[in-house]
Amino acid sequence: MRRARRGLWALAGERLLEGLIYLCGISAIVFVLGIFFFVFREAFPVLGKENFSLTQFLFSEQWYPTSATNKRYGVLAMIAGTLSVTALAMVLAVPFGLGAAIYISEFCGSRVKETLKIVIELLAAIPSVVWGFVGLTVMSRLIVQYTGAPVGVNILNGGIILALMSVPIIVSIGEDALKAVPDQYREAGIALGATRWQLVWRVLLPAAKTGLLAAVLLGVGRAVGETMAVLMATGHAVHIPHSLLDSVRTLTANIAAELGEAPEGSDHYRVLFLTGVLLFTLTFIVNLTADFIVRGIRKK
Amino acid sequence: MSSSSSQRFTATPLSRRKARQEALARWIFCGMAVAMIVPLLLIVGYLFERAWPSLSLSFLLEVPARGMTEGGIWPALVGTIYLVFLSLAVSAPIGILAAVYLNEYAGDHWFNRLINLAVINLAGVPSIVHALFGLGAFVYAARFGYSIVSASLTLAIMTLPVIIASTREALASVPRSFREACWNVGATRWQTIRAVVLPNSISGILTGVILQVSRAAGETAPIMFTGAVFYKVVQKGDFFAYGLHQQCMALSMHLYTLSTQVPGVKESIPFATAVVLLGAVLLVNATAIALRVYLRARKRW
Repeated sequence: MRRARRGLWALAGERLLEGLIYLCGISAIVFVLGIFFFVFREAFPVLGKENFSLTQFLFSEQWYPTSATNKRYGVLAMIAGTLSVTALAMVLAVPFGLGAAIYISEFCGSRVKETLKIVIELLAAIPSVVWGFVGLTVMSRLIVQYTGAPVGVNILNGGIILALMSVPIIVSIGEDALKAVPDQYREAGIALGATRWQLVWRVLLPAAKTGLLAAVLLGVGRAVGETMAVLMATGHAVHIPHSLLDSVRTLTANIAAELGEAPEGSDHYRVLFLTGVLLFTLTFIVNLTADFIVRGIRKK
Repeated sequence: MSSSSSQRFTATPLSRRKARQEALARWIFCGMAVAMIVPLLLIVGYLFERAWPSLSLSFLLEVPARGMTEGGIWPALVGTIYLVFLSLAVSAPIGILAAVYLNEYAGDHWFNRLINLAVINLAGVPSIVHALFGLGAFVYAARFGYSIVSASLTLAIMTLPVIIASTREALASVPRSFREACWNVGATRWQTIRAVVLPNSISGILTGVILQVSRAAGETAPIMFTGAVFYKVVQKGDFFAYGLHQQCMALSMHLYTLSTQVPGVKESIPFATAVVLLGAVLLVNATAIALRVYLRARKRW
């Protein structure tokens, strides 16, 4: 009996397809490297210029990119802006996010759990420009009304909006971390007569703390990288803030606000790309750390 | 805890205190969970209320009038549809095949771990950095100029991790025994994938594709400098309004422009634009969620 054979063409086609699958598989690496390469390529020429110094870029708050006589490119004020808005967002989002994660994972029934998870998914889906619009119209009015601030677009506004935006990721990753704690831990605690609160506080939080840290880090990554919402909600003052009601500008908002006006190839344009390199590096480190933490848990 | 029906158990001060503690903890955590939902409902409700005077079918079909202070959002709507589907056409095949590679071919090898890291980082890159990349790579280096093509490609790369992640999840949910059965009758890896793995996970993959649509429709920063413009003349109801090498308007960009750059806009118009954008995104997401819930209920293994 003759064995059925597949035609040469079918075999070649399969090889070809598998090659294509491999190419797509490595595309993610290509794109990440590509992003770094193209952003860095546009930024690179400014590094060699004599009127530009990297220390001034990082540690000076003088941002006068369009000054006729003495152009200065210092992004310290923007770094301070990013840090202050992110810090406020985390102060608000971390307790609420982790609290909600604990509630979803430990306290509520399965039907409530499904509903809450769906709501969180929808919350995560709201486009950032809509959040920015909410900050600009709703939140700023409320802030002016209740705090008496002269302008409503400031750190407080941006922080609240960013907190609402980063809560979903904190909740979902935090819930995963709590789910990863073995059930024996819970059973042992309950057998000793612990209440659920004692269980959460004394057993689950210590056991899941690295995973919860990863959740917080991913929230930070999201908040640092957010553009449209902070562009619209934090105001546009380039200075180091002194109170919650000061307007600031973040690194991301600075690029979004000025890229359109910077002529291609000018120093200003290249410095904005350099800010992009800085942001890329920052979020790269934050995400990588979070990923290593998560992976460490999964291995255990 | 301290039920009176039990003969053997009597409530002590300690047990009462514990019960109080437990109830308090439950309410606090419940409050925190509710505190996330309430803003969502309030915001949606408020936006909808303010948008009400402008919301109508003609708002969707009209073109902006009088320097964008009146009229509708048709050109932006069409632009968003163009951008979403073009980016989908690029990112769906690449993303699905990448997920197939990661889930079906890749072993636990340092290089494959590197690919995983790259996917995670691609998801974490700030949207404005994607915009810079799109500007540097597509607009200038590839000479596509400020166009729908550049903007869609930027969006495609940005949303790639969404498709990869959900497709992988869908593929991973197909039990290993299915594959083994197929290998045992002599099928090759690819034949197994085509005949067994993909048909059993197609709906999960579809969910990922739908999520990509919602993500791409809402993004603003990546298209702002690569192909979206403030204003473009388009005939009312004209669906083939843009060529691929032209710039276009987009809903998200339109909302940003209306609320920050254009003075004297009729008050309800930006609200209505926000409601249309938000409604579209939430609707698409809800579809994906409903599909997933339906499939999970129907699953036989």
